[in-house]
Amino acid sequence: MKRALRAVPAVWSVLAALVVSVGLLALAGAPPFEALVLVLDGAVGDGGRMADTLMSWVPLTLASAGLVVTFVAGLWNIGVEGQVIAGAIGATWAARTIPGDGLVVIPAALAVGVVAGAVWALAAGVLKTRGGVNEIFGGLGLGFVAQSVATYLIIGPWKRAGIASTSGTEPFREEVWLPTVGGTRLSPVAVLLAVAVIFLVWALLRGTRFGLRLKAVGANPASARLLGVPTEATVLRAFALGGGLAGLAGAVLATGIQHKLVPAIAGGRGFLAILVVLLAAYRIVWVAPIALFFAILSVGSAQLQLRLDLDSSIGGVLQGILVLFVILIGGWQALYRRGEP
Amino acid sequence: MLELRGITKRFGSVVANDGIDLDVPPGSLHAVLGENGAGKSTLMKILSGFLSPDAGRIRLDGREVPTGSPRAALQAGIGMLHQDPLVCLPFTALDNFVLGRRGRIDRAAARREFGELCARLDFDIDPDVRARALSVGERQQLEIVRLLSLGVKVLILDEPTSGISSEQRTKLFAALRTLAADGLIVLFVSHKLEEVEELCDRVTVIRSGKVVGERTLPCPADELVELMFGEVVVSSERPVVEIGSPALRVGGLAAGGGRQRIADVSMEVRAGEVVGLAGLEGSGQRTLLRVLAGLEPVRSGTVEIAGRRVDGSSYEHFVAAGVHYLPAGRLEEGLVPGLTIAEHLTLAARLPEWVVDWEAARIRAEEAIEHFRIKGGPDTPADALSGGNQQRLLLAMMPKDLRVLLMEHPTRGLDIESADYVWSRLLARRESGTAIVFSSADLDELVGYADRVVVFFSGRVLADLAAAELTADRLGTLIGGKVAS
Repeated sequence: MKRALRAVPAVWSVLAALVVSVGLLALAGAPPFEALVLVLDGAVGDGGRMADTLMSWVPLTLASAGLVVTFVAGLWNIGVEGQVIAGAIGATWAARTIPGDGLVVIPAALAVGVVAGAVWALAAGVLKTRGGVNEIFGGLGLGFVAQSVATYLIIGPWKRAGIASTSGTEPFREEVWLPTVGGTRLSPVAVLLAVAVIFLVWALLRGTRFGLRLKAVGANPASARLLGVPTEATVLRAFALGGGLAGLAGAVLATGIQHKLVPAIAGGRGFLAILVVLLAAYRIVWVAPIALFFAILSVGSAQLQLRLDLDSSIGGVLQGILVLFVILIGGWQALYRRGEP
Repeated sequence: MLELRGITKRFGSVVANDGIDLDVPPGSLHAVLGENGAGKSTLMKILSGFLSPDAGRIRLDGREVPTGSPRAALQAGIGMLHQDPLVCLPFTALDNFVLGRRGRIDRAAARREFGELCARLDFDIDPDVRARALSVGERQQLEIVRLLSLGVKVLILDEPTSGISSEQRTKLFAALRTLAADGLIVLFVSHKLEEVEELCDRVTVIRSGKVVGERTLPCPADELVELMFGEVVVSSERPVVEIGSPALRVGGLAAGGGRQRIADVSMEVRAGEVVGLAGLEGSGQRTLLRVLAGLEPVRSGTVEIAGRRVDGSSYEHFVAAGVHYLPAGRLEEGLVPGLTIAEHLTLAARLPEWVVDWEAARIRAEEAIEHFRIKGGPDTPADALSGGNQQRLLLAMMPKDLRVLLMEHPTRGLDIESADYVWSRLLARRESGTAIVFSSADLDELVGYADRVVVFFSGRVLADLAAAELTADRLGTLIGGKVAS
């Protein structure tokens, strides 16, 4: 009963967003239903496309899972994008410097990515707890720094032999790429990682003392402190875990998708993850399907450009509309429940 | 004439108001009496437009009052003074006074009107002082004159006497009598019997969302208590307890800053002793309690628990020394909204396990619910509990062995039955040698439960007296800063 009620805003929002999207597509001069079919076909039409969609799903899911941890703890960790970039930088450093075959280097690159993301998030955390800087501003600022560091490394110390170009570093040697299957870009390791992370975050929030403390600090830090929760340590751990998962997303992007460091390595996934988590109302079990839906929209809307000559950013517009409607309808519900229209 | 017909309001499965009818003629001082959670506040919020009823109508002087809009209610002549007066703190008294008026504001005329209204009701407020600098009682007075200037014919007061001094209470009651004599309808919402008896001429008693009776005052108190609770409550007897060695000693303590500052506070509390902290809100009691709980740093002076210095230590150190603090804001600094009873008890148990055993947590919660008679289940969120049940949950969360128990307004907002229950649990702690220090704005509570009362006035100890030599009246004068005889 309770769960069904909760699902209502999501259903209404999806319907409303669909109606508005169809209207927008019509305005743009495209046949709306054909366009929607094209998006779906572009995302799951054949094995290769499904592989692309899944590989787009993995980093988005990882970053979103990390965000759930920080959001539950009441931390507006808006700096995920920077933490994803930091993870990609860390993984790139490992892939370039650590000698050996994939069995050694790939786990090391993923681990360094996790650490780099965690450190980047912890910086925002320490700025908050010790510097009195709101994590929204700290996170945004650190995001710009991470972006600049990535660009500097690409055109500076890590530039390709002979040319300094923002198109990226030299690709990694092939043995440190995440292994793929079936001639597609699908990496089972990456998908397994994402599934494992979803499960771990679920178990953490549901069954551990740390998860309970996160919720307590998130809902009321003053009470949590009186109840014996070490609030600062809990906040910092939440940042470290959330940033670590965002860093893992960056490491997967570098070693599994781009196979090098590019300036736009995060590609807005950090911000997209915020939308995923808002849509999921901070509940981890909803993150996987919603991230999949977003991945389908992102990958599939490339077809709109190829086939209908529409700008592929229409996919982003659809995602934005959807989130706006969910927040709007959730807000209306809260207003009416209190009896003040 | 104010007429309410069939007012009904549900919150989920809870029926807060169940077909309430009420008639109040002009010039009445009418009380709405009921225990916590009886539905008084809901009814008043519906009357003043803050909540929409599911059914029912309101008429004033024969005209229908639109429901669900505070503005419409105010235009119809119904104004409400909330428990925490809704004044805009950074504004001056005069700015607050003209707030909510429509059209051009003539400040000179408003100033004249403000002065006249204050003079008529014997209120003394400087129109140019910022509301932040006014006491709670003065903010109430400001709200009353503002509502009068907007032309209200019905003035609702929701528990207006919590947190104001006895002098201000006397002034408030005198003003309400003046207003009623002029033909205004005064609706006085309270769970305090004595005040209703003192002020009002008629009373409607509400229980579980229904009107259970109406009486003309004076009428026997037993009758009203029985109407409120359905059974007569007997106050718990105080057990005689041996007073032991010093559990808490404070020497020359200074702490806090600004209006919260305390200075030169020295006191000793022995095991099994109950000490009440009296004083106007913000006279230093809260700062002292928070310092003793380890939540605020000591500027100078010493704090000893069972003979060991603890000043300068962390909160965790105070907890380990056997200190426990029950703050007044239950949902603000005691409980976590959204977390369930089982989750609260799990956190409070401070267990070393990393993985929570929810089966054990459920059993622990069920035991606590039964033992402390909490109305709720293990999975009920704390914010869905009534005030009395929230306080019971806080009691259930107290550690077993305590040296010093610190409490801020332990029974604020509770009805007699809940308050009595809370105190019976607290006093039982004395037998195991716990020293109790509590602050309260309720003089009867201080005189009734404390062995000694320490009176605070602007951050300093004004008097330290045995409760046996005190009466509520004498204490009331002391709180105002007068050391007489």
